Amino acid sequence: MDIKDGKTVKGINFVNFRDAGDPVELGAAYSRAGADELVYLDITASHEGRKTFTDLVRKIAENINIPFTVGGGIHELHDVERLLNAGADKVSVNSAALRNPKLIGEIARHFGSQVCVVAIDANQEGGDWICYLNGGRIPTDKHLFDWAKMAESEGAGEILFTSMTHDGVKTGYANEALSRLADELHIPVIASGGAGNREHFRDAFTLGKADAALAASVFHFGEIKIEELKLYLQREGVNVRL
Amino acid sequence: MNVAIIKYNAGNIRSVDYALRRLGVAPLITADKELLSKADKVIFPGVGEALTTMEYLKAEQMTDFIRELKQPVLGICLGMQLMCRHSEEGNTDCLGIFDAEVKRFVPCKHADKVPHMGWNSLTQTRSTLFQGDLENRFVYFVHSYYVPVNEYTAAVTDYIHPFSAALHKDNFYATQFHPEKSGDVGEQILKNFLVNS
Repeated sequence: MDIKDGKTVKGINFVNFRDAGDPVELGAAYSRAGADELVYLDITASHEGRKTFTDLVRKIAENINIPFTVGGGIHELHDVERLLNAGADKVSVNSAALRNPKLIGEIARHFGSQVCVVAIDANQEGGDWICYLNGGRIPTDKHLFDWAKMAESEGAGEILFTSMTHDGVKTGYANEALSRLADELHIPVIASGGAGNREHFRDAFTLGKADAALAASVFHFGEIKIEELKLYLQREGVNVRL
Repeated sequence: MNVAIIKYNAGNIRSVDYALRRLGVAPLITADKELLSKADKVIFPGVGEALTTMEYLKAEQMTDFIRELKQPVLGICLGMQLMCRHSEEGNTDCLGIFDAEVKRFVPCKHADKVPHMGWNSLTQTRSTLFQGDLENRFVYFVHSYYVPVNEYTAAVTDYIHPFSAALHKDNFYATQFHPEKSGDVGEQILKNFLVNS
């Protein structure tokens, strides 16, 4: 869920919610529906927005009983502490880690590597996967596989890889890149970007060898129901929690 | 019911607090031995490192106190490991409530990732904690060290190899997984501890 000023952004058209944009209610509903983990990303830029987000993290933690990861605007240990104290289980770092890879190790040493998810936004350009900063706006000189390996050696607990090439296109996850990450890393990889139908989820696990698959809009718009998706994956031989 | 959570230098106290509140219990979070001894149930949570945490508990004169608690006690994650005899993490002597060794996971193949993080199922459940047919249900784990299967094992999970997902001896209960993060199954386990232990 992308959060701006305390509200879920991207249109959401579930009919069952009193306030469809309420991230706390939406999180509780996903938790009841069988989601294994929730990821909240704060896309607010202002200082006031940060405070709103921290309050929101506390309300979410009070209302769900599954692990949840929060990201956005994490620059230093103090930010991590603030979010963990509010009840988050893990934090996801992206641009700040690209600018200062040592931040990963600092988080891992203080709170354990299981707390530190490194999110990578990368775009396929020619034969290369180029990492981007600031929500996919600024290209860097870092390549996906090098950066993921470096993040692992700095102490990352998980890699959340979003393919900018596949994101929003709904033609499936970046399975080739995912599979290579799975082969080269020793930490879990979460696939993100590209889910359009339930077969795409299966392929992320079977072809992409992903440890988890993340999706937003197909769930937000009710195109795929989590309960039905998990039953399908089980029938296809993927080990899922029911 | 009077439920107390032992407050010490370890994380995840807040999520246990929230989980109990969802069950309608407002726990007391305290390091005060007098208040803890008066509680009907005591929860010993934990996310952290064994050696630092044991040294902290010793400095606070909490070790004998925890060992001698008479009411039902539930250790969670690091809490469970500290209730064992010794941990390979920092070569630490622990509380010795369960005569068992805590060992580090050693990956056997590439797909074996350490820390073990994620949802796995419970088997061979044998404790009031698992009332309500929780055999084969999934719970959430985050750990790099494990307790081998032993005479106190109350549930088994297989990751890399079978290990103790839960322990039980007299008034001491413990789970390697996080019931407070394990969905409805976890809630049932916490409820079982509150009602049936």
